[in-house]
Amino acid sequence: MAPSASRLSGFSKKAQYSVFTGYLLATLGALIGLGLLALSLWQPSTFAPLRGAAQDAVSPAGEATAAVRSGSGGVVDTIAAYWRAGSQNAALREEVEIARIRLAEAEAVAAENARLKALLALAQGEIEPVATTRLIGSSSTSSRRFAYVGVGRTDGIEPGMPVRSARGVVGRILEVARNSSRVLLLTDSESVLPVRRASDDTVAFAEGRGDGLLRIRLINLGLNPLAEGDIFVTSGAGGYYRPGVAVAVLTNLASDGGIARLIADPSATDFVSVEPVFDEAAVSTASTASEVRIDDDTAVSPGTQAIE
Amino acid sequence: MMERLAPAARSDRYGSRINRDQSPWRALSVPYLTIMLASLLPFVLLADVMPIAPPLGFLMFIGWRIMRPGLLPLWAGVPLGVFDDLFSGQPFGSAILLWSITMIIIELIESRFPWRGFWPDWFTAGLGTTLYILAAMLVSGTEPTAAMGLAALPQIALAILLYPFLAQLIAGLDRFRLSRSRRIG
Repeated sequence: MAPSASRLSGFSKKAQYSVFTGYLLATLGALIGLGLLALSLWQPSTFAPLRGAAQDAVSPAGEATAAVRSGSGGVVDTIAAYWRAGSQNAALREEVEIARIRLAEAEAVAAENARLKALLALAQGEIEPVATTRLIGSSSTSSRRFAYVGVGRTDGIEPGMPVRSARGVVGRILEVARNSSRVLLLTDSESVLPVRRASDDTVAFAEGRGDGLLRIRLINLGLNPLAEGDIFVTSGAGGYYRPGVAVAVLTNLASDGGIARLIADPSATDFVSVEPVFDEAAVSTASTASEVRIDDDTAVSPGTQAIE
Repeated sequence: MMERLAPAARSDRYGSRINRDQSPWRALSVPYLTIMLASLLPFVLLADVMPIAPPLGFLMFIGWRIMRPGLLPLWAGVPLGVFDDLFSGQPFGSAILLWSITMIIIELIESRFPWRGFWPDWFTAGLGTTLYILAAMLVSGTEPTAAMGLAALPQIALAILLYPFLAQLIAGLDRFRLSRSRRIG
């Protein structure tokens, strides 16, 4: 049972490598710092789930997290500041850092204002949810984005039902088990959701990118009428989601639409409600675009094909 | 009398050698149970927008394989992969395939170029995990994009950095596994 001595790994060689270790760890640390910093500067929202997971770990009950989640400061800023502080021209960079933080905060406040205004205008005509539950888990290692909720068939859950939090759409029930269900999150790269701009009727598709952002693709191509900070809500096309639920905020413009950030970040969500399918008839006839392609074998509706 | 002269003479690092023996159940089940537990752990983490948790099940698996060669049979990737597939969110069968390939490749390489020591282990585990994450992305049932590849970078970095801690953990688990807990006679 005991491994033979010849196969034991040589931990005793540690001392011989200590000098080498120093260089290696320093280089490794620098490279990783650079990578994390580049990532955090390039996409500040990227580490949102890391924050959420860390908060969940330190607050076991979960009721205290609601207050924490609304805060805008984050781990990423702290890490960035830490790595910068170690560099040689710290003073200069600190100024840039502070300016950037202020800018980001201003943007965040602006975005938050816009989001809250949109939510206020939209929260009308509540539909009685089928169930209210917590997200109990997710596929946190896979590049696919699934979450799991603690209600299932016994609670009346059926595939296709939209899942939303108080802030907006989270995803759609994909698979139903007896007492749990799998949710296809909006950020999954197979998720497609018809949306419209909250301020007018500019219709588009919101496709998951797999990295936490949504790609907004306008249906009517031409001059791009969008602007950063635009709020997108569900359009109701396809019949799964009722119209007017907040989905995403546009953060970057592209020629055919833009890149948008989720409004309802599931890792910052306490409770989610599973709502009934909005319009069964529309779903069954599939005369409009389908929200979600489950996989390649699933028949896609004309609307989905049109954007491919 | 003997105790006073040489208290440690009758015990090794797994405990007293007199009247005690290793438990075969414990010695055989600990690797499998810890790998399955590690497969289960990322499930309870809520990562909605991108994969952040390293593939703990695979890390534990490759860690046991590297640190205790020969303990897991060559086919161990199949049952353990089934369990991992149930919770990973990947299409069913991806872990079975990839874990089995991992076992075969490591065995092939190790039989020709036997290595030992922490740094080669870390290198092997890091490279293996990186390739595993990329391969898992390829077989995840969606078309891999540059955005997804980029989103996997922190996961890969975390997985590689985690190996030293896992190696310590596995070493401790191995001591527990082989401790002389069974009383004879």
